[in-house]
Amino acid sequence: MKLRHKKLILVALAVIALGVVAALVLNAFRSNLVFFFSPTQVVKGEAPRDRSFRVGGLVEKGSLVREKDGVTAHFRVTDTLQTIAVDYTGLLPDLFKEGKGVVTEGRLNDRGVFVATQVLAKHDENYMPPEAASALEQAQKAQKTLVAPK
Amino acid sequence: MSNFNWYKYSSPATFYGLAGKMIPWFYGVAALLCVAGLYLGLFLAPTDFQQSDAYRIIFIHVPAAWMAMVIYVVMACWAALGLAFNTRLSFMMASALAPTGALMTFISLWTGALWGKPTWGAWWVWDARLTSELILFFLYLGFMALQAAIDDPRRADRAGALIALVGVVNVPIIYFSVRWWNTLHQGASVSVTKSPSMAAIMLAGMLVMALAAWMYAIAAALSRARSIILEREKNSQWVAQMVEGEA
Repeated sequence: MKLRHKKLILVALAVIALGVVAALVLNAFRSNLVFFFSPTQVVKGEAPRDRSFRVGGLVEKGSLVREKDGVTAHFRVTDTLQTIAVDYTGLLPDLFKEGKGVVTEGRLNDRGVFVATQVLAKHDENYMPPEAASALEQAQKAQKTLVAPK
Repeated sequence: MSNFNWYKYSSPATFYGLAGKMIPWFYGVAALLCVAGLYLGLFLAPTDFQQSDAYRIIFIHVPAAWMAMVIYVVMACWAALGLAFNTRLSFMMASALAPTGALMTFISLWTGALWGKPTWGAWWVWDARLTSELILFFLYLGFMALQAAIDDPRRADRAGALIALVGVVNVPIIYFSVRWWNTLHQGASVSVTKSPSMAAIMLAGMLVMALAAWMYAIAAALSRARSIILEREKNSQWVAQMVEGEA
């Protein structure tokens, strides 16, 4: 085997070893790399009690209530299994809508209500024209009426 | 095929001439694709059902982010080849790619911030995707700074190659971060494993822009490689002959 081939194999092995190390380290920090907790995790008590954290999920349909002052809002974040009630005072982002993704930062108060200091809209990877979106919605509705819920 | 002399093209003198002939073509195609892609993206593509016009960032942001990752991998490959085969040209190509990669990374971070404020409600969040992309930017800067700090070009090449190879671990982390962890950044709309989740005309605009970014990156890296060759080989015979021939 030529020297340069040996060297190439050596470099490749070094990169692979480095990759394994990186994978192990990242795996060890897994829980710290989470940007937000789901409502189920919060209900289970996996989220920190003593410091602020983020909750992510969908804004439950029909849960958004705006107070008369115009900047305070109450809504519930759901992951379809559990829900968390959220109080927030401040501007909501443009994409904030019922049934859409949201990530909110704050802490739980004594009554189990999440008092948010920041609300971020999390949107999905789907891009389509408005007409296509409404057509899709119609199709889904039609399908739901055809297949009766069990 | 075995008769083909690969080493001929690893000689800086041959490469210098060949690259000089190719650069105008790459720049030309890049310009054409860029105009076509922007026309598709800004005039022909419809608005998005959720983000309305803000989504048009993808025609710049996504190609730049893709290029930032691709360039880093290519740079690391040149660095590995340089370390293994001890070819000067490989190291020169790695150095030539770094500024373009840093530029692409900066564009993706900057356009992402401009889009993040109206869409998410924040310029910047420390989620896994954004943080790993920022690390990529620092890796590019670190590579360039280290090479600039060492006077002996051979030692500078080797030190830079080491950063390039160590940093390549970060590229899959960037790419898979949206799948491995909860992030604010959305998942991939285009990937090899599933059909794209965007309207065809939006996708077309984005892909044309991505091709334009490829062409631009190749042209920029080649012309930068030519400058590096001239600088490093200034005392060699072929450069002296070329300068005499032009004078």
